[in-house]
Amino acid sequence: MDSLLEIKNLHARVDGKPILKGLDLVIPTGEVHAIMGPNGSGKSTLAYVLTGRDGYEVTEGEVLYKGRDLLTLTPEQRAGEGMFLAFQYPVEIPGVPNTTFLKEALNAQRKYRGEDPLDAMEFVKLMRRKTKELGISDDLIKRQVNVGFSGGEKKRNEVLQMAILEPTLAVLDETDSGLDIDALKIVAEGVNALRAPDRSALIITHYQRLLEYIVPDRVHVLAHGRIARSGGKELAIELERTGYAAFAEAAA
Amino acid sequence: MAASIETTQQVQEMGERTYKYGFVTEIETETAPKGLSEDIVRFISAKKEEPAWLLEWRLKAYRRWLEMPEPKWANVTFPPIDYQDSYYYSAPKTMDGPNSLDEIDPELLRTYEKLGIPLKEQEILAGVTGVAVDAVFDSVSVATTFKGKLEEQGVIFCPISEAIREHPELVRKYLGSVVPPGDNKHACLNSAVFTDGSFVYIPKGVRCPMELSTYFRINAANTGQFERTLLIADAGSYVSYLEGCTAPMRDENQLHAAVVELIALDDAEIKYSTVQNWYPGDKNGKGGIYNFVTKRGACRGRNSKISWTQVETGSAITWKYPSCILQGDNSVGEFYSVAITNNYQQADTGTKMIHIGKNTRSRIVSKGISAGHAQQTYRGLVKISAKAEGARNHTQCDSLLIGDRCGAHTVPYIESKNRSAIVEHEATTSKISEDQLFYCRQRGLSEEDAVALVVNGFCREVLQQLPMEFAVEAQKLVSISLEGSVG
Amino acid sequence: MPESASPTTAQSFVAQFGALRDTLPGAGLPWLRELREDGIARFAKLGLPGPKVEAWKYTRLRPLERIGFVPAGAAAQVDLDKLPALLPHTGVGHRVVFVNGRLRQCLALLADQPEGVELGGLADALRHDPDPLAAELGRNGNGARARDGQPLFALNTAMMQDGLVLRVRRGISVALPIEVIYVGAPGPEPVAFHPRNLIVLEPGARATVVEHHIGLGAGAYFANGGTDIRIEEGAQLHHYKIQDEGPEAIHIATTHVELARDALYDGFILSKGARLSRQEVAVQLAGEGSECHLNGAYMLRGEQHCDITTTIDHLAPRTSSREVFKGVIDDQARAVFQGRITVHRDAQQSNGHQLSKALLLSDRAEIDAKPELEIFADDVKCSHGATVGDLDRDALFYLRARGIPEAAARDILIEAFLAETINNIAAEGLCPALMSSIGHWLGGTTGRTEP
Repeated sequence: MDSLLEIKNLHARVDGKPILKGLDLVIPTGEVHAIMGPNGSGKSTLAYVLTGRDGYEVTEGEVLYKGRDLLTLTPEQRAGEGMFLAFQYPVEIPGVPNTTFLKEALNAQRKYRGEDPLDAMEFVKLMRRKTKELGISDDLIKRQVNVGFSGGEKKRNEVLQMAILEPTLAVLDETDSGLDIDALKIVAEGVNALRAPDRSALIITHYQRLLEYIVPDRVHVLAHGRIARSGGKELAIELERTGYAAFAEAAA
Repeated sequence: MAASIETTQQVQEMGERTYKYGFVTEIETETAPKGLSEDIVRFISAKKEEPAWLLEWRLKAYRRWLEMPEPKWANVTFPPIDYQDSYYYSAPKTMDGPNSLDEIDPELLRTYEKLGIPLKEQEILAGVTGVAVDAVFDSVSVATTFKGKLEEQGVIFCPISEAIREHPELVRKYLGSVVPPGDNKHACLNSAVFTDGSFVYIPKGVRCPMELSTYFRINAANTGQFERTLLIADAGSYVSYLEGCTAPMRDENQLHAAVVELIALDDAEIKYSTVQNWYPGDKNGKGGIYNFVTKRGACRGRNSKISWTQVETGSAITWKYPSCILQGDNSVGEFYSVAITNNYQQADTGTKMIHIGKNTRSRIVSKGISAGHAQQTYRGLVKISAKAEGARNHTQCDSLLIGDRCGAHTVPYIESKNRSAIVEHEATTSKISEDQLFYCRQRGLSEEDAVALVVNGFCREVLQQLPMEFAVEAQKLVSISLEGSVG
Repeated sequence: MPESASPTTAQSFVAQFGALRDTLPGAGLPWLRELREDGIARFAKLGLPGPKVEAWKYTRLRPLERIGFVPAGAAAQVDLDKLPALLPHTGVGHRVVFVNGRLRQCLALLADQPEGVELGGLADALRHDPDPLAAELGRNGNGARARDGQPLFALNTAMMQDGLVLRVRRGISVALPIEVIYVGAPGPEPVAFHPRNLIVLEPGARATVVEHHIGLGAGAYFANGGTDIRIEEGAQLHHYKIQDEGPEAIHIATTHVELARDALYDGFILSKGARLSRQEVAVQLAGEGSECHLNGAYMLRGEQHCDITTTIDHLAPRTSSREVFKGVIDDQARAVFQGRITVHRDAQQSNGHQLSKALLLSDRAEIDAKPELEIFADDVKCSHGATVGDLDRDALFYLRARGIPEAAARDILIEAFLAETINNIAAEGLCPALMSSIGHWLGGTTGRTEP
């Protein structure tokens, strides 16, 4: 099995402060991995470094995606290569309808990949199919991007975008935080529906709860900027029981 | 908003980031001698075969203009204008009022085709509401389409020079009644030397069956354009009117000093939309149009309504304050504006809402975007007179800054003399957030497309006011205008 | 009140200056002489502000021009014991009294005053220790806007005789408010005076100054004050002003505030007196992280004219300003609110917010508002809002439906409307005094707490 993502000795800092300190991680194609860890361990930093956000400075190490250097690509090139981030805090864009946003995004990615853009009709059909599959109301897609959405609606919207953009590597940054059980199931269904031999996912979470619905192939514990431990899905259950205290001490 | 991506493609295909409408039409023109004098005013009036009263009106304005100082209130800077270094009359030679579209110089037809303005009526598909166009090329109207169809309803839509001949009573009654010649120096100059423009009269109770549109084109070098538009909506009528403007790229500045007067009688409604895309000058601020325009509407009748929508992306300097005088009880004034200034453009624009009648209402939505070294000012007046019982105003002014060399200014004046009136003004200034840009880029949009998307969203409330055909065009313009402002 | 036959013009002030020039305090100091000459020259050039000056667009000085004013002498007889006090004795550390612009009394009311507080009159300071004043007095009014828009500040600079001088030394915290009472005492002839105040807080210092402007009697007088305030690094000044001048008074006050790094200026103005008043506050947020709160309330009736003009310049990064002014205007009174926030190019990551709300209580009242934003930096958040209207009809009906008579219901709503600006005042005992002042205004009397 080829690895889709290969992170080697990754060091990164934010505002001059080192956050990631030698992180190693391999995600083979077709697998779902979970990263768990205490607050402040660098989980979100990892998500932003992978997607190329300004201000997240890589000082050492490398990241290979599909066997190529990921870090030289712009955020939109990474998106075009099939990388998707479900944001922990989805951003509001006033005045821009959700449908317009998604159509622009999808066609920009299609163009990057040398595919023809979808016309308005094709896009509407695709949108209808996906909202139906996920049980998301039409109302949500007509509204302005995330404007006035509840926390749950924002997360559902992220999952809808993911379903439409069909990423090769989906990174979910605490998508489960603040969700009730119904919303959690929608998120899980969205991820599970995308599971395929040629796709992978990285689930960043603080709690084990989401992993009851998305069963990961591997679980990693991130503490103090490094992977402190890796294991199978049973590791998540163990963490739920013991908490992160052990990792806090280990690095203190 | 599909427009933004499409637009970027178009612009890239052109191979250079330049003004799309910057070409010059090679056509024989008849031009008055350079400079301004009573003789030139007489020349223009004679050329138009005008009645004596109008010549007198022009001469009076001219003499007044000589005495008037330049308006100083706007936050714009430019060297003093040499009024003697310009031509005040320029007309395509063959175009002394064509009798039918077939007589139009094919070179002109090609020009308007290039600009995307349909001058051939048959191009419009049956069953689709058409747009009637009056095309003004330099100093004269070269074509007006759908005149016949409009006449069936009693709608008069023709060049103002024609209206002066054919409908002198209407022109004489209303010309200068909203914007008197002495209103300001630019309006005064226009009164003296205006050459053409559109005249519209919608009879009582008629809902104009199609959008009316005037397309202004400055072509000749060193030529000022001074068009005059007069639009009267009689009781119970409705009209939607659009204007668009472009000019070739020239190194020198050209003056455009237009006057637009709107009159709405009882229960009448006028919707006036402008997409202004005069040549803005190059990226170093060389050349471009000085767009000094006086636009004002009078809601004379009860329950009348005037709505201004403007998308201002062009011109080196824009100076305009489309205003509403709300005289009739329950009358409504609206002003929706998007102004984009990039590079070294300057814009000082806004509106005046003068509440005189009872229960008059006004709404102002202004969205300003400044990039590059541009300076932009919203300047507005909301005045509630003592008799305007129950008047209401709501104003929202938002500015967006792109880059740290530009400026945004908000200067509202609020004057209220009536206790029952409610005036609300809100203004904000901010920049496009990094979060928004990153979110869009993470979904695959380039930085420029992301900016265009966010800016179009910022302007949406205003762009929505435009008729459909114009809205799409305007969205593209928004994106093009910001080319090169990021990165 | 006998009105002088010759009305006031710019020339009459220039002539007064000519006559007084050699007897003004500090006449022997070359730097001061130069400063005064520069001031009078500038004033003579600008003249009394007229409609062509944008900064004075809505305020005419007609009441000033109609009357001939003479310079105030030292003669006014006022019984200091009978002056109304705003704050209870126990709540005040110092009390300073000026009558017609001249220092009459400077009392330390409590024995254990901290060291490092220098408090006194300008005339004394110019006589005994003028050198430290040189840099402070010439500091303001030189910017392009002030040069053209503040002719009366220039006149003040030329004519100043006395005023408050307060310097708080490094790190000193003055716990109790310093109360400064400015008494206008009209005599047989209308008098004019030009007090000049100077407040300097050295790094880390803290102080609270409460200004109380009152008029004795109904005669006309012209108080043309100027104030220079400099707040050094990390220092904090709370500056509260109650303007309750006599009914025929003309009250002009121009205040310049300059803040260094992380300094705070917390200003408040309650304006209810005077026939004509204009209070102009210009704040320069010159140090990174400095902060300004500028709030106020005004209550006008009769033919009063009140002009509040503020300019806040954000000159350094991460500066913030917050401004709320609220007013009620009755009868034929007229209020003017002009507020400008300018964010200069270097002031990235600053924020400025301003709000002006006015209630018109009569059919002949008028409000003119001009809130302005001038933004030259892109990474900022700024907003302003302005509303004009009558009392909320729903609220009024709600109160009446509960049995409260309309007049009382209106008073309750007006009081609540104005109270919002007062709530943040830190000086103990001042809030109740201000609330009772509002209450008295609503009751139609000039409310003052007797000592």
